[in-house]
Amino acid sequence: MPETTFLDANELVLNMGPQHPSTHGVLRVILKLDGEKIRGTECVIGYLHRGVEKIGENRTYQMFAPYVDRMDYVAAVSNGLGYCLAVEKLLNTEAPPRAQVVRVILTELNRIASHLLWLGTHALDIGAITPLFYVMREREEILNIFEAYCGARLTTHAFRCGGLQYEVYDGMEQQAKRFCKAFLPRVDEYEELLSENRIWKERLINVGILTGDECKQYGVTGPVLRAAGVKWDIRKALPYSGYEKYDFEIPTRQNGDTYDRYMVRIQEMRQSVRIVEQAVEDIPSGPIMAKVGKIVKPPVGEAYVSIEAPKGELGYFIVSDGSTQPYRLRVRPPSFINLQALERMSRGALVADVVAIIGTIDIVLGEIDR
Amino acid sequence: MRKLLKTVFLVDLIQGLWVTLRNQHPKHIYTEQYPAQRPKIAERYRGAPRLNIHPVSGETLCIACNLCALACPENLIVVTSERNEQTRRKELTTFIYDTSRCMFCGLCEDACPVDALELTQDFELASYTRDGAIWDRQMLEEGPKPTRYRY
Repeated sequence: MPETTFLDANELVLNMGPQHPSTHGVLRVILKLDGEKIRGTECVIGYLHRGVEKIGENRTYQMFAPYVDRMDYVAAVSNGLGYCLAVEKLLNTEAPPRAQVVRVILTELNRIASHLLWLGTHALDIGAITPLFYVMREREEILNIFEAYCGARLTTHAFRCGGLQYEVYDGMEQQAKRFCKAFLPRVDEYEELLSENRIWKERLINVGILTGDECKQYGVTGPVLRAAGVKWDIRKALPYSGYEKYDFEIPTRQNGDTYDRYMVRIQEMRQSVRIVEQAVEDIPSGPIMAKVGKIVKPPVGEAYVSIEAPKGELGYFIVSDGSTQPYRLRVRPPSFINLQALERMSRGALVADVVAIIGTIDIVLGEIDR
Repeated sequence: MRKLLKTVFLVDLIQGLWVTLRNQHPKHIYTEQYPAQRPKIAERYRGAPRLNIHPVSGETLCIACNLCALACPENLIVVTSERNEQTRRKELTTFIYDTSRCMFCGLCEDACPVDALELTQDFELASYTRDGAIWDRQMLEEGPKPTRYRY
């Protein structure tokens, strides 16, 4: 039996968070360290739990719509779209074509806004402060469009079950077009700042590798999955809200490391711009609200609708018992399921890489804890 | 060889610094000097609630139908009314709106059949007390009066 000294105490348990700035909210990660190496991680979640699903059971279908914005508050419009589509499926109606196109424009703008915020905070975690300022500047333009359209910037409540509440404001098309035109050179600028930068590459390449098979095992979706070479995008696979009409590509990369996820998101922003440009070109005229009564009372049944939110597959499962309130409402949040892969991705990595890996999953704690 | 030269001459870093330098120009300043410089608020902005009054007679437009209170997800509106014996119409007595719980979703203003309740462009709703966030009818009709600092 060899003599043990304090130098042999080579396993250390370290709490990262919930107040750590790089955990993007109130995520607490318990790290088991061997020196600088990660032996294991465990996520402690629930600091932001508000019981949104339970609130949904106590509100009518329309009343619950503003609450879904507060789950993934960075992509509130996408959340609203998923919920409205699920209720419309229960009601067996569909939003009118005009409403669908406006929905596509707003959700794609929201995707850009979400990716922009991700890029800024992720770069900040790695140590590049400058992109954050540029990114916020572009995001401001998108938020101005949201504000002018529906009156709120972050928790938008832009869509209603059955269509839209607000008509397109004067000059929305021009504003969106102007944004798209000015935005593409900005993306090139971000790439100029980061893509070839040696520090950026050193910190990201071959960090947090998750292969395509592992992604499928964990149920990981979104840019994380596409960076591992799996061409899966619900907008193409199960088109909703008229996405089949638009011409866009699904960007994929092969390695599945943090750098690839960054590249996939950058490419996705360009593709979103393409979709917005196509959608803005011809917004059909017509009504914006389907024939849905003032009191939404779907028949007995259940519906599951999943959409491609900026972070991955966002699903809403609603069980109706024929009353004005859902019997059960379940949300499949992309960040929650993507976060489960953190354990696999950070095993064997260094402490500093954990920050990069948490950032690259693109989590929003409001959605994880609900 | 080219890669080596690029590494030695720090091409990647200079490229990034050039972007930062380009954005140094004063015309690229985007920061808003908030209290001195008022933000431009969109027309549809959902801010402080207001109970509209008739511009000429000064009477409230509210018909005390209680639809806003029923539409509110947070149940934060309380409307009381009494029946006028002469005209046989409901008349508004009190209207209480708890802005501390409001999430400005706009469902109450959508529900209002006479456009009496409206979410306005006022956004400075801070108050020193919790009671100050609970607005009565008078406050709702007059709107918030935040201190305007002069510069």
